[in-house]
Amino acid sequence: MRYIRVVKDRTARHLMLGIALFSLLLLLVIGITLLFKALPIMREKSLGTLLTSGNWKPFKGDFGFYPFIISTLYVSAIAIIIALPLSLLTSIYLNTYATKGIRKIFEPVIDLLSGIPPVIYGVWGSLAIVPLIAEKISPHFVEFSSGYSVLAGGLVLAIMILPLLVSILTEVFRSIPKEMTDASLAMGATKWQTVKKVILRKSLTGIIAAIVLSVSRAFGETIAVLMVCGNIPLIPKSVFDACYPLPALIANNYGEMMSMPGYESALMLGAFLLFFIILIFNAVSRLTLNQIENRYSL
Amino acid sequence: MKAKKTEELIFKTFMIISSIIIISILFYIIGTIIYKGLPALDIDMLTKIPGGGFFLGKEGGVLNAIVGSLYIILGSLVIGLAISVPLVIYINFYLPKKSWLATLVRFSFDILFGVPSIVYGAFGFALMIFLGIRASLLGGIIAIALLIMPIMMRSFDEVAKLLSRDLPDALLSLGATRYEMAKVIIKQLMPGLVTAILLSVGRGIGDAAAVLFTAGYTDNIPTSLGQPAATLPLSIFFQLGSPVEEVQNRAYASAAILTLVILILSLSARYFSSKYQKNKI
Repeated sequence: MRYIRVVKDRTARHLMLGIALFSLLLLLVIGITLLFKALPIMREKSLGTLLTSGNWKPFKGDFGFYPFIISTLYVSAIAIIIALPLSLLTSIYLNTYATKGIRKIFEPVIDLLSGIPPVIYGVWGSLAIVPLIAEKISPHFVEFSSGYSVLAGGLVLAIMILPLLVSILTEVFRSIPKEMTDASLAMGATKWQTVKKVILRKSLTGIIAAIVLSVSRAFGETIAVLMVCGNIPLIPKSVFDACYPLPALIANNYGEMMSMPGYESALMLGAFLLFFIILIFNAVSRLTLNQIENRYSL
Repeated sequence: MKAKKTEELIFKTFMIISSIIIISILFYIIGTIIYKGLPALDIDMLTKIPGGGFFLGKEGGVLNAIVGSLYIILGSLVIGLAISVPLVIYINFYLPKKSWLATLVRFSFDILFGVPSIVYGAFGFALMIFLGIRASLLGGIIAIALLIMPIMMRSFDEVAKLLSRDLPDALLSLGATRYEMAKVIIKQLMPGLVTAILLSVGRGIGDAAAVLFTAGYTDNIPTSLGQPAATLPLSIFFQLGSPVEEVQNRAYASAAILTLVILILSLSARYFSSKYQKNKI
Protein backbone atom coordinates (compact mmCIF):
# COMPACT_ATOMS: atom_id res chain seq x y z
CA MET A 1 0.00 0.00 0.00
CA ARG A 2 2.68 2.40 1.03
CA TYR A 3 4.76 1.39 -1.96
CA ILE A 4 2.06 2.31 -4.49
CA ARG A 5 1.74 5.80 -3.01
CA VAL A 6 5.44 6.40 -3.37
CA VAL A 7 5.52 5.09 -6.93
CA LYS A 8 2.61 7.37 -7.86
CA ASP A 9 4.40 10.32 -6.33
CA ARG A 10 7.65 9.54 -8.13
CA THR A 11 5.92 9.06 -11.51
CA ALA A 12 4.02 12.31 -11.13
CA ARG A 13 7.20 14.17 -10.21
CA HIS A 14 9.11 12.90 -13.25
CA LEU A 15 6.19 13.56 -15.54
CA MET A 16 5.92 17.14 -14.28
CA LEU A 17 9.63 17.73 -14.65
CA GLY A 18 9.32 16.44 -18.20
CA ILE A 19 6.51 18.89 -18.95
CA ALA A 20 8.53 21.75 -17.48
CA LEU A 21 11.57 20.93 -19.62
CA PHE A 22 9.41 20.42 -22.69
CA SER A 23 7.80 23.82 -22.22
CA LEU A 24 11.23 25.42 -21.97
CA LEU A 25 12.12 23.89 -25.33
CA LEU A 26 8.97 25.21 -27.01
CA LEU A 27 10.39 28.64 -27.87
CA LEU A 28 13.47 27.02 -29.33
CA VAL A 29 11.42 24.55 -31.37
CA ILE A 30 9.23 27.32 -32.82
CA GLY A 31 12.27 29.38 -33.76
CA ILE A 32 14.17 26.51 -35.34
CA THR A 33 11.16 25.22 -37.28
CA LEU A 34 10.45 28.63 -38.81
CA LEU A 35 14.13 29.22 -39.58
CA PHE A 36 14.42 25.79 -41.17
CA LYS A 37 11.44 26.56 -43.40
CA ALA A 38 12.95 29.93 -44.32
CA LEU A 39 16.34 28.51 -45.32
CA PRO A 40 15.57 27.78 -49.01
CA ILE A 41 14.83 31.43 -49.78
CA MET A 42 17.83 32.61 -47.80
CA ARG A 43 20.07 30.31 -49.84
CA GLU A 44 18.82 31.91 -53.05
CA LYS A 45 19.24 35.50 -51.95
CA SER A 46 21.11 37.20 -49.19
CA LEU A 47 19.15 38.34 -46.17
CA GLY A 48 20.28 41.89 -46.87
CA THR A 49 18.70 41.93 -50.35
CA LEU A 50 15.50 40.35 -49.06
CA LEU A 51 15.10 42.96 -46.33
CA THR A 52 16.01 46.05 -48.35
CA SER A 53 14.50 45.29 -51.75
CA GLY A 54 11.15 46.89 -52.51
CA ASN A 55 10.20 44.42 -55.23
CA TRP A 56 7.45 41.98 -54.28
CA LYS A 57 6.74 39.89 -57.36
CA PRO A 58 6.32 36.29 -56.24
CA PHE A 59 5.59 35.20 -59.82
CA LYS A 60 9.03 36.31 -60.91
CA GLY A 61 10.70 35.10 -57.76
CA ASP A 62 11.29 38.58 -56.33
CA PHE A 63 10.69 38.70 -52.60
CA GLY A 64 11.54 42.14 -51.23
CA PHE A 65 10.29 42.65 -47.68
CA TYR A 66 11.05 46.35 -47.47
CA PRO A 67 7.50 47.72 -48.07
CA PHE A 68 6.07 45.33 -45.48
CA ILE A 69 8.69 46.14 -42.88
CA ILE A 70 8.18 49.88 -43.43
CA SER A 71 4.38 49.45 -43.20
CA THR A 72 4.70 47.52 -39.96
CA LEU A 73 6.95 50.22 -38.51
CA TYR A 74 4.61 53.02 -39.64
CA VAL A 75 1.42 51.58 -38.17
CA SER A 76 3.15 50.59 -34.94
CA ALA A 77 4.70 54.06 -34.58
CA ILE A 78 1.33 55.76 -35.07
CA ALA A 79 -0.25 53.33 -32.62
CA ILE A 80 2.23 54.05 -29.84
CA ILE A 81 2.19 57.83 -30.47
CA ILE A 82 -1.58 57.85 -29.96
CA ALA A 83 -1.79 55.24 -27.21
CA LEU A 84 1.09 56.36 -25.00
CA PRO A 85 -0.19 59.78 -23.84
CA LEU A 86 -3.70 58.40 -23.33
CA SER A 87 -2.52 55.45 -21.27
CA LEU A 88 0.10 57.42 -19.32
CA LEU A 89 -2.45 60.03 -18.27
CA THR A 90 -5.05 57.40 -17.46
CA SER A 91 -2.76 55.21 -15.40
CA ILE A 92 -1.36 58.19 -13.50
CA TYR A 93 -4.91 59.21 -12.80
CA LEU A 94 -5.88 55.72 -11.64
CA ASN A 95 -2.78 55.46 -9.49
CA THR A 96 -2.72 58.89 -7.83
CA TYR A 97 -6.03 60.68 -8.06
CA ALA A 98 -8.81 58.19 -8.62
CA THR A 99 -10.94 56.90 -5.78
CA LYS A 100 -11.27 53.19 -5.16
CA GLY A 101 -14.68 53.26 -6.83
CA ILE A 102 -13.34 54.69 -10.08
CA ARG A 103 -10.55 52.11 -10.09
CA LYS A 104 -13.17 49.40 -9.65
CA ILE A 105 -15.02 50.72 -12.71
CA PHE A 106 -11.85 50.69 -14.75
CA GLU A 107 -10.86 47.10 -14.09
CA PRO A 108 -13.63 45.51 -16.19
CA VAL A 109 -13.19 48.21 -18.85
CA ILE A 110 -9.54 47.27 -19.33
CA ASP A 111 -10.45 43.55 -19.12
CA LEU A 112 -13.04 43.92 -21.85
CA LEU A 113 -10.87 46.05 -24.11
CA SER A 114 -8.13 43.45 -23.96
CA GLY A 115 -10.66 40.64 -24.34
CA ILE A 116 -12.32 41.91 -27.51
CA PRO A 117 -11.04 39.71 -30.36
CA PRO A 118 -8.90 41.25 -33.12
CA VAL A 119 -11.53 40.44 -35.75
CA ILE A 120 -14.07 42.58 -33.86
CA TYR A 121 -11.60 45.47 -33.79
CA GLY A 122 -11.26 44.93 -37.51
CA VAL A 123 -15.03 45.04 -38.09
CA TRP A 124 -15.31 48.14 -35.94
CA GLY A 125 -12.37 49.76 -37.68
CA SER A 126 -13.91 49.21 -41.09
CA LEU A 127 -17.27 50.50 -39.86
CA ALA A 128 -16.12 53.50 -37.85
CA ILE A 129 -12.50 54.45 -38.53
CA VAL A 130 -12.19 53.84 -42.28
CA PRO A 131 -15.19 56.02 -43.29
CA LEU A 132 -14.11 58.65 -40.77
CA ILE A 133 -10.73 58.91 -42.46
CA ALA A 134 -12.10 58.73 -45.99
CA GLU A 135 -14.84 61.33 -45.50
CA LYS A 136 -13.85 63.60 -42.63
CA ILE A 137 -10.10 63.61 -42.10
CA SER A 138 -8.30 62.94 -45.37
CA PRO A 139 -10.12 65.55 -47.58
CA HIS A 140 -8.35 68.25 -45.57
CA PHE A 141 -4.95 66.87 -46.48
CA VAL A 142 -4.98 64.81 -49.67
CA GLU A 143 -7.13 64.58 -52.79
CA PHE A 144 -8.34 61.07 -52.31
CA SER A 145 -8.06 58.33 -49.76
CA SER A 146 -10.12 55.18 -49.59
CA GLY A 147 -9.76 55.29 -45.83
CA TYR A 148 -8.01 51.94 -45.80
CA SER A 149 -4.71 53.41 -44.78
CA VAL A 150 -1.70 53.61 -42.52
CA LEU A 151 -3.65 55.94 -40.26
CA ALA A 152 -6.60 53.53 -39.96
CA GLY A 153 -4.23 50.71 -39.04
CA GLY A 154 -2.43 52.90 -36.54
CA LEU A 155 -5.64 54.05 -34.88
CA VAL A 156 -7.08 50.55 -34.53
CA LEU A 157 -3.75 49.25 -33.23
CA ALA A 158 -3.53 52.14 -30.77
CA ILE A 159 -6.80 51.06 -29.22
CA MET A 160 -5.74 47.43 -29.22
CA ILE A 161 -2.55 48.12 -27.25
CA LEU A 162 -4.23 50.55 -24.83
CA PRO A 163 -5.30 47.90 -22.30
CA LEU A 164 -1.84 46.31 -22.23
CA LEU A 165 -0.17 49.70 -21.77
CA VAL A 166 -2.56 50.85 -19.06
CA SER A 167 -2.26 47.65 -17.06
CA ILE A 168 1.54 47.50 -17.22
CA LEU A 169 1.96 51.21 -16.47
CA THR A 170 -0.39 50.94 -13.50
CA GLU A 171 1.71 48.03 -12.22
CA VAL A 172 4.90 50.05 -12.71
CA PHE A 173 3.54 53.07 -10.85
CA ARG A 174 2.19 50.87 -8.07
CA SER A 175 5.65 49.38 -7.53
CA ILE A 176 6.98 52.73 -6.31
CA PRO A 177 7.12 52.66 -2.50
CA LYS A 178 4.49 54.75 -0.79
CA GLU A 179 7.18 56.22 1.49
CA MET A 180 8.71 58.03 -1.47
CA THR A 181 5.54 59.71 -2.63
CA ASP A 182 4.50 60.40 0.96
CA ALA A 183 7.84 62.11 1.59
CA SER A 184 7.33 64.33 -1.43
CA LEU A 185 3.77 65.21 -0.44
CA ALA A 186 4.86 65.95 3.13
CA MET A 187 7.40 68.45 1.83
CA GLY A 188 4.50 70.44 0.41
CA ALA A 189 4.62 69.26 -3.18
CA THR A 190 1.30 69.01 -4.95
CA LYS A 191 0.17 65.64 -6.26
CA TRP A 192 1.11 66.61 -9.80
CA GLN A 193 4.57 67.76 -8.70
CA THR A 194 5.03 64.42 -6.98
CA VAL A 195 3.96 62.65 -10.14
CA LYS A 196 6.34 64.70 -12.25
CA LYS A 197 9.38 64.71 -9.99
CA VAL A 198 9.10 61.38 -8.19
CA ILE A 199 6.78 58.90 -9.86
CA LEU A 200 7.62 59.55 -13.52
CA ARG A 201 11.32 59.86 -12.84
CA LYS A 202 11.45 56.68 -10.78
CA SER A 203 9.48 54.67 -13.32
CA LEU A 204 11.23 55.78 -16.50
CA THR A 205 12.73 52.35 -17.21
CA GLY A 206 9.36 50.74 -16.52
CA ILE A 207 7.65 53.09 -18.95
CA ILE A 208 10.20 52.28 -21.63
CA ALA A 209 9.74 48.56 -21.02
CA ALA A 210 5.97 48.99 -21.32
CA ILE A 211 6.43 50.83 -24.63
CA VAL A 212 8.71 48.12 -26.02
CA LEU A 213 6.28 45.41 -24.98
CA SER A 214 3.26 47.10 -26.56
CA VAL A 215 5.16 47.94 -29.75
CA SER A 216 6.01 44.26 -30.09
CA ARG A 217 2.31 43.48 -29.60
CA ALA A 218 1.52 45.93 -32.40
CA PHE A 219 4.11 44.31 -34.68
CA GLY A 220 2.37 40.96 -34.52
CA GLU A 221 -1.26 42.01 -34.76
CA THR A 222 -2.73 40.46 -37.87
CA ILE A 223 -6.41 40.27 -38.63
CA ALA A 224 -7.49 43.71 -37.43
CA VAL A 225 -4.68 45.40 -39.36
CA LEU A 226 -5.36 43.28 -42.41
CA MET A 227 -8.97 44.50 -42.42
CA VAL A 228 -8.22 48.24 -42.35
CA CYS A 229 -4.83 48.78 -44.00
CA GLY A 230 -5.70 48.33 -47.67
CA ASN A 231 -2.94 45.79 -48.35
CA ILE A 232 -1.04 47.22 -51.33
CA PRO A 233 2.61 46.16 -51.43
CA LEU A 234 4.02 49.64 -52.04
CA ILE A 235 5.81 52.01 -49.73
CA PRO A 236 3.13 54.42 -48.42
CA LYS A 237 3.84 58.08 -49.17
CA SER A 238 1.50 59.55 -46.59
CA VAL A 239 -0.54 58.25 -43.68
CA PHE A 240 -3.59 58.24 -45.95
CA ASP A 241 -2.04 55.72 -48.34
CA ALA A 242 -2.72 52.03 -48.09
CA CYS A 243 0.00 49.88 -46.58
CA TYR A 244 0.72 46.19 -46.10
CA PRO A 245 2.19 45.14 -42.75
CA LEU A 246 4.14 41.89 -42.50
CA PRO A 247 1.58 39.82 -40.51
CA ALA A 248 -1.14 40.80 -43.00
CA LEU A 249 1.08 39.61 -45.83
CA ILE A 250 1.53 36.22 -44.21
CA ALA A 251 -2.16 35.83 -43.44
CA ASN A 252 -3.35 36.94 -46.87
CA ASN A 253 -1.27 34.53 -48.88
CA TYR A 254 -1.54 31.28 -47.00
CA GLY A 255 -3.68 29.70 -49.71
CA GLU A 256 -1.41 30.49 -52.63
CA MET A 257 1.81 29.87 -50.90
CA MET A 258 1.95 26.15 -51.49
CA SER A 259 1.83 26.45 -55.27
CA MET A 260 4.92 28.57 -55.96
CA PRO A 261 8.54 27.70 -55.35
CA GLY A 262 10.11 29.95 -52.80
CA TYR A 263 6.82 31.59 -51.86
CA GLU A 264 6.16 29.45 -48.81
CA SER A 265 9.76 29.82 -47.75
CA ALA A 266 9.58 33.61 -48.13
CA LEU A 267 6.45 33.82 -45.99
CA MET A 268 8.01 31.57 -43.37
CA LEU A 269 10.98 33.94 -43.36
CA GLY A 270 8.47 36.72 -42.66
CA ALA A 271 7.06 34.72 -39.76
CA PHE A 272 10.56 34.03 -38.46
CA LEU A 273 11.50 37.71 -38.60
CA LEU A 274 8.36 38.61 -36.64
CA PHE A 275 9.04 35.87 -34.12
CA PHE A 276 12.68 36.82 -33.66
CA ILE A 277 12.13 40.57 -33.24
CA ILE A 278 9.19 40.09 -30.91
CA LEU A 279 11.18 37.53 -28.92
CA ILE A 280 14.01 40.01 -28.35
CA PHE A 281 11.66 42.88 -27.52
CA ASN A 282 9.70 40.72 -25.11
CA ALA A 283 12.74 39.28 -23.40
CA VAL A 284 14.29 42.69 -22.80
CA SER A 285 11.13 44.34 -21.53
CA ARG A 286 10.06 41.38 -19.37
CA LEU A 287 13.47 41.24 -17.73
CA THR A 288 13.28 44.95 -16.99
CA LEU A 289 9.75 44.71 -15.62
CA ASN A 290 10.64 41.70 -13.44
CA GLN A 291 13.56 43.64 -12.01
CA ILE A 292 11.31 46.58 -11.20
CA GLU A 293 8.86 44.27 -9.50
CA ASN A 294 11.61 42.75 -7.37
CA ARG A 295 13.43 45.97 -6.59
CA TYR A 296 11.14 47.23 -3.89
CA SER A 297 9.53 44.03 -2.70
CA LEU A 298 11.57 42.24 -0.11
CA MET B 1 1.97 79.32 -5.61
CA LYS B 2 -0.84 79.86 -8.02
CA ALA B 3 1.11 78.49 -10.98
CA LYS B 4 1.56 75.07 -9.46
CA LYS B 5 -2.14 74.81 -8.68
CA THR B 6 -3.04 75.78 -12.25
CA GLU B 7 -0.61 73.26 -13.66
CA GLU B 8 -2.08 70.57 -11.44
CA LEU B 9 -5.59 71.46 -12.56
CA ILE B 10 -4.66 71.38 -16.25
CA PHE B 11 -3.02 67.98 -16.03
CA LYS B 12 -5.76 66.56 -13.87
CA THR B 13 -8.27 67.65 -16.50
CA PHE B 14 -6.21 65.93 -19.20
CA MET B 15 -6.11 62.77 -17.11
CA ILE B 16 -9.84 62.72 -16.59
CA ILE B 17 -10.40 63.36 -20.29
CA SER B 18 -8.17 60.49 -21.36
CA SER B 19 -9.82 58.15 -18.86
CA ILE B 20 -13.20 59.11 -20.26
CA ILE B 21 -11.91 58.59 -23.81
CA ILE B 22 -10.81 55.05 -22.96
CA ILE B 23 -14.15 54.17 -21.41
CA SER B 24 -16.09 55.69 -24.30
CA ILE B 25 -14.01 53.80 -26.87
CA LEU B 26 -15.12 50.55 -25.25
CA PHE B 27 -18.78 51.58 -25.39
CA TYR B 28 -18.35 52.90 -28.93
CA ILE B 29 -16.93 49.58 -30.13
CA ILE B 30 -19.51 47.39 -28.41
CA GLY B 31 -22.28 49.82 -29.35
CA THR B 32 -21.32 49.85 -33.03
CA ILE B 33 -21.13 46.07 -33.24
CA ILE B 34 -24.43 45.49 -31.43
CA TYR B 35 -26.22 48.26 -33.33
CA LYS B 36 -25.09 46.91 -36.70
CA GLY B 37 -25.34 43.26 -35.78
CA LEU B 38 -28.58 42.84 -33.83
CA PRO B 39 -30.99 43.74 -36.68
CA ALA B 40 -29.46 41.02 -38.87
CA LEU B 41 -29.41 38.48 -36.09
CA ASP B 42 -32.14 35.85 -36.22
CA ILE B 43 -32.63 32.30 -35.10
CA ASP B 44 -31.53 30.93 -38.48
CA MET B 45 -28.08 32.45 -37.94
CA LEU B 46 -27.63 30.31 -34.86
CA THR B 47 -29.27 27.08 -35.95
CA LYS B 48 -28.48 26.60 -39.62
CA ILE B 49 -25.35 25.85 -41.55
CA PRO B 50 -24.74 27.88 -44.73
CA GLY B 51 -27.08 26.81 -47.53
CA GLY B 52 -26.23 26.87 -51.22
CA GLY B 53 -25.38 30.41 -52.30
CA PHE B 54 -24.92 31.56 -48.70
CA PHE B 55 -22.15 33.89 -49.75
CA LEU B 56 -24.45 35.43 -52.36
CA GLY B 57 -27.02 36.33 -49.76
CA LYS B 58 -29.16 33.19 -49.80
CA GLU B 59 -30.39 31.46 -46.68
CA GLY B 60 -28.36 29.80 -44.00
CA GLY B 61 -26.55 30.58 -40.78
CA VAL B 62 -23.21 30.26 -39.12
CA LEU B 63 -23.84 27.13 -37.05
CA ASN B 64 -20.83 25.52 -38.78
CA ALA B 65 -18.59 28.26 -37.40
CA ILE B 66 -20.13 28.22 -33.93
CA VAL B 67 -19.74 24.45 -33.61
CA GLY B 68 -16.28 24.56 -35.18
CA SER B 69 -15.12 27.18 -32.72
CA LEU B 70 -16.58 25.16 -29.84
CA TYR B 71 -14.84 21.95 -30.93
CA ILE B 72 -11.53 23.72 -31.34
CA ILE B 73 -11.70 25.49 -28.01
CA LEU B 74 -12.75 22.32 -26.15
CA GLY B 75 -9.94 20.33 -27.72
CA SER B 76 -7.33 22.95 -27.02
CA LEU B 77 -8.58 23.35 -23.44
CA VAL B 78 -7.92 19.66 -22.83
CA ILE B 79 -4.36 19.96 -24.15
CA GLY B 80 -3.78 23.28 -22.41
CA LEU B 81 -5.00 22.02 -19.04
CA ALA B 82 -3.04 18.79 -19.32
CA ILE B 83 0.15 20.81 -19.64
CA SER B 84 -0.37 23.95 -17.61
CA VAL B 85 -1.96 22.49 -14.45
CA PRO B 86 0.87 20.02 -13.69
CA LEU B 87 3.37 22.68 -14.69
CA VAL B 88 2.00 25.28 -12.28
CA ILE B 89 1.72 22.74 -9.44
CA TYR B 90 5.26 21.61 -10.11
CA ILE B 91 6.95 25.01 -10.14
CA ASN B 92 4.97 26.26 -7.14
CA PHE B 93 4.79 23.28 -4.81
CA TYR B 94 7.48 20.83 -5.87
CA LEU B 95 10.40 23.11 -6.56
CA PRO B 96 11.99 25.14 -3.76
CA LYS B 97 10.82 28.73 -3.36
CA LYS B 98 13.69 30.40 -5.21
CA SER B 99 14.27 27.81 -7.92
CA TRP B 100 16.00 28.85 -11.12
CA LEU B 101 13.93 26.33 -13.10
CA ALA B 102 10.70 27.97 -11.92
CA THR B 103 12.04 31.42 -12.83
CA LEU B 104 13.09 30.18 -16.24
CA VAL B 105 9.73 28.50 -16.93
CA ARG B 106 7.81 31.64 -15.90
CA PHE B 107 10.06 33.79 -18.04
CA SER B 108 9.69 31.59 -21.10
CA PHE B 109 5.91 31.62 -20.72
CA ASP B 110 5.98 35.40 -20.41
CA ILE B 111 7.68 35.45 -23.79
CA LEU B 112 5.39 32.80 -25.28
CA PHE B 113 2.50 35.04 -24.19
CA GLY B 114 3.92 37.80 -26.38
CA VAL B 115 4.33 35.61 -29.46
CA PRO B 116 1.65 36.73 -31.95
CA SER B 117 -1.02 34.30 -33.05
CA ILE B 118 0.06 34.51 -36.69
CA VAL B 119 3.40 33.01 -35.67
CA TYR B 120 1.64 30.17 -33.87
CA GLY B 121 -0.40 29.72 -37.02
CA ALA B 122 2.69 29.58 -39.23
CA PHE B 123 4.46 27.25 -36.80
CA GLY B 124 1.40 25.01 -36.58
CA PHE B 125 1.23 24.97 -40.36
CA ALA B 126 4.91 23.99 -40.69
CA LEU B 127 4.40 21.30 -38.06
CA MET B 128 1.37 19.95 -39.92
CA ILE B 129 3.28 19.71 -43.21
CA PHE B 130 6.03 17.86 -41.35
CA LEU B 131 3.52 15.41 -39.85
CA GLY B 132 1.51 15.17 -43.05
CA ILE B 133 -1.73 16.56 -41.61
CA ARG B 134 -3.97 18.74 -43.78
CA ALA B 135 -5.81 21.84 -42.56
CA SER B 136 -8.18 20.24 -40.07
CA LEU B 137 -9.89 20.34 -36.72
CA LEU B 138 -6.79 18.71 -35.22
CA GLY B 139 -4.50 21.36 -36.70
CA GLY B 140 -6.70 24.13 -35.32
CA ILE B 141 -6.78 22.49 -31.90
CA ILE B 142 -2.97 22.29 -31.78
CA ALA B 143 -2.51 25.92 -32.88
CA ILE B 144 -5.07 27.28 -30.40
CA ALA B 145 -3.66 25.08 -27.62
CA LEU B 146 -0.25 26.68 -28.22
CA LEU B 147 -1.89 30.10 -28.19
CA ILE B 148 -3.84 29.69 -24.94
CA MET B 149 -1.27 27.72 -22.95
CA PRO B 150 0.74 30.80 -21.87
CA ILE B 151 -2.43 32.66 -20.81
CA MET B 152 -3.72 29.70 -18.86
CA MET B 153 -0.37 28.99 -17.24
CA ARG B 154 0.30 32.59 -16.28
CA SER B 155 -3.08 33.35 -14.78
CA PHE B 156 -3.24 30.04 -12.90
CA ASP B 157 0.29 30.63 -11.67
CA GLU B 158 -0.67 34.06 -10.32
CA VAL B 159 -3.29 32.44 -8.10
CA ALA B 160 -1.08 29.51 -7.10
CA LYS B 161 1.67 31.92 -6.01
CA LEU B 162 -0.76 33.59 -3.62
CA LEU B 163 -1.81 30.38 -1.86
CA SER B 164 -0.61 30.34 1.71
CA ARG B 165 2.21 27.87 2.40
CA ASP B 166 0.43 26.61 5.53
CA LEU B 167 -1.83 24.24 3.64
CA PRO B 168 0.89 22.35 1.73
CA ASP B 169 3.06 22.31 4.87
CA ALA B 170 0.24 20.89 6.98
CA LEU B 171 -0.52 18.22 4.38
CA LEU B 172 3.10 17.16 4.11
CA SER B 173 3.58 17.00 7.86
CA LEU B 174 0.54 14.73 8.09
CA GLY B 175 2.45 12.29 5.94
CA ALA B 176 0.89 12.96 2.54
CA THR B 177 3.09 12.51 -0.49
CA ARG B 178 3.55 15.57 -2.70
CA TYR B 179 1.23 14.00 -5.25
CA GLU B 180 -1.55 13.62 -2.67
CA MET B 181 -0.90 17.16 -1.53
CA ALA B 182 -1.25 18.40 -5.10
CA LYS B 183 -4.73 16.86 -5.37
CA VAL B 184 -5.92 18.82 -2.33
CA ILE B 185 -4.27 22.01 -3.50
CA ILE B 186 -5.95 21.85 -6.90
CA LYS B 187 -9.33 21.77 -5.19
CA GLN B 188 -8.32 24.82 -3.20
CA LEU B 189 -7.22 26.61 -6.36
CA MET B 190 -10.38 25.77 -8.30
CA PRO B 191 -11.76 29.33 -8.61
CA GLY B 192 -8.39 30.48 -9.93
CA LEU B 193 -8.39 27.65 -12.41
CA VAL B 194 -11.88 28.59 -13.58
CA THR B 195 -10.74 32.17 -14.17
CA ALA B 196 -7.73 30.91 -16.11
CA ILE B 197 -9.98 28.70 -18.24
CA LEU B 198 -12.44 31.50 -18.96
CA LEU B 199 -9.64 33.87 -19.97
CA SER B 200 -8.13 31.27 -22.29
CA VAL B 201 -11.49 30.44 -23.85
CA GLY B 202 -12.02 34.15 -24.49
CA ARG B 203 -8.69 34.50 -26.22
CA GLY B 204 -8.87 31.21 -28.08
CA ILE B 205 -12.41 31.57 -29.38
CA GLY B 206 -11.75 35.04 -30.78
CA ASP B 207 -8.52 34.34 -32.58
CA ALA B 208 -8.45 34.20 -36.33
CA ALA B 209 -4.79 34.35 -37.35
CA ALA B 210 -3.80 31.05 -35.73
CA VAL B 211 -6.65 29.02 -37.25
CA LEU B 212 -6.41 30.61 -40.69
CA PHE B 213 -3.60 28.26 -41.73
CA THR B 214 -4.37 25.34 -39.54
CA ALA B 215 -8.11 24.70 -39.31
CA GLY B 216 -9.11 25.71 -42.82
CA TYR B 217 -12.72 26.59 -43.53
CA THR B 218 -15.82 24.63 -44.45
CA ASP B 219 -19.56 25.06 -44.71
CA ASN B 220 -20.18 21.81 -42.89
CA ILE B 221 -19.85 20.71 -39.32
CA PRO B 222 -16.73 18.54 -38.96
CA THR B 223 -17.40 14.96 -37.91
CA SER B 224 -13.82 13.87 -37.31
CA LEU B 225 -10.50 15.38 -36.26
CA GLY B 226 -9.16 15.09 -39.81
CA GLN B 227 -11.80 17.31 -41.39
CA PRO B 228 -11.43 21.07 -41.79
CA ALA B 229 -13.42 23.22 -39.37
CA ALA B 230 -14.92 26.69 -39.69
CA THR B 231 -14.45 29.20 -36.88
CA LEU B 232 -16.51 32.20 -35.87
CA PRO B 233 -13.80 34.87 -36.35
CA LEU B 234 -12.91 33.55 -39.79
CA SER B 235 -16.56 33.36 -40.77
CA ILE B 236 -16.90 37.04 -39.82
CA PHE B 237 -13.79 37.84 -41.82
CA PHE B 238 -14.91 36.00 -44.96
CA GLN B 239 -18.49 37.27 -44.86
CA LEU B 240 -17.28 40.85 -44.49
CA GLY B 241 -15.14 40.38 -47.58
CA SER B 242 -18.25 39.73 -49.69
CA PRO B 243 -19.58 42.56 -51.85
CA VAL B 244 -23.21 41.48 -51.19
CA GLU B 245 -24.87 43.65 -48.56
CA GLU B 246 -26.90 40.87 -46.95
CA VAL B 247 -23.78 38.81 -46.43
CA GLN B 248 -22.04 41.79 -44.88
CA ASN B 249 -24.98 42.26 -42.54
CA ARG B 250 -24.62 38.66 -41.50
CA ALA B 251 -20.95 39.36 -40.81
CA TYR B 252 -22.10 42.06 -38.39
CA ALA B 253 -24.59 39.66 -36.83
CA SER B 254 -21.84 37.07 -36.38
CA ALA B 255 -19.63 39.78 -34.89
CA ALA B 256 -22.42 40.59 -32.43
CA ILE B 257 -22.64 36.92 -31.43
CA LEU B 258 -18.89 36.75 -30.84
CA THR B 259 -18.87 40.03 -28.91
CA LEU B 260 -21.68 38.85 -26.63
CA VAL B 261 -19.83 35.58 -25.95
CA ILE B 262 -16.66 37.50 -25.09
CA LEU B 263 -18.58 39.93 -22.84
CA ILE B 264 -20.06 37.06 -20.88
CA LEU B 265 -16.73 35.22 -20.60
CA SER B 266 -14.82 38.31 -19.53
CA LEU B 267 -17.34 39.38 -16.92
CA SER B 268 -17.63 35.90 -15.44
CA ALA B 269 -13.83 35.59 -15.29
CA ARG B 270 -13.78 38.77 -13.25
CA TYR B 271 -16.61 37.48 -11.06
CA PHE B 272 -14.73 34.27 -10.27
CA SER B 273 -11.44 36.00 -9.57
CA SER B 274 -13.08 38.54 -7.25
CA LYS B 275 -14.89 35.74 -5.45
CA TYR B 276 -11.58 34.03 -4.94
CA GLN B 277 -10.03 37.15 -3.50
CA LYS B 278 -12.94 37.47 -1.10
CA ASN B 279 -12.38 33.96 0.17
CA LYS B 280 -8.73 34.67 0.71
CA ILE B 281 -8.95 37.75 2.88
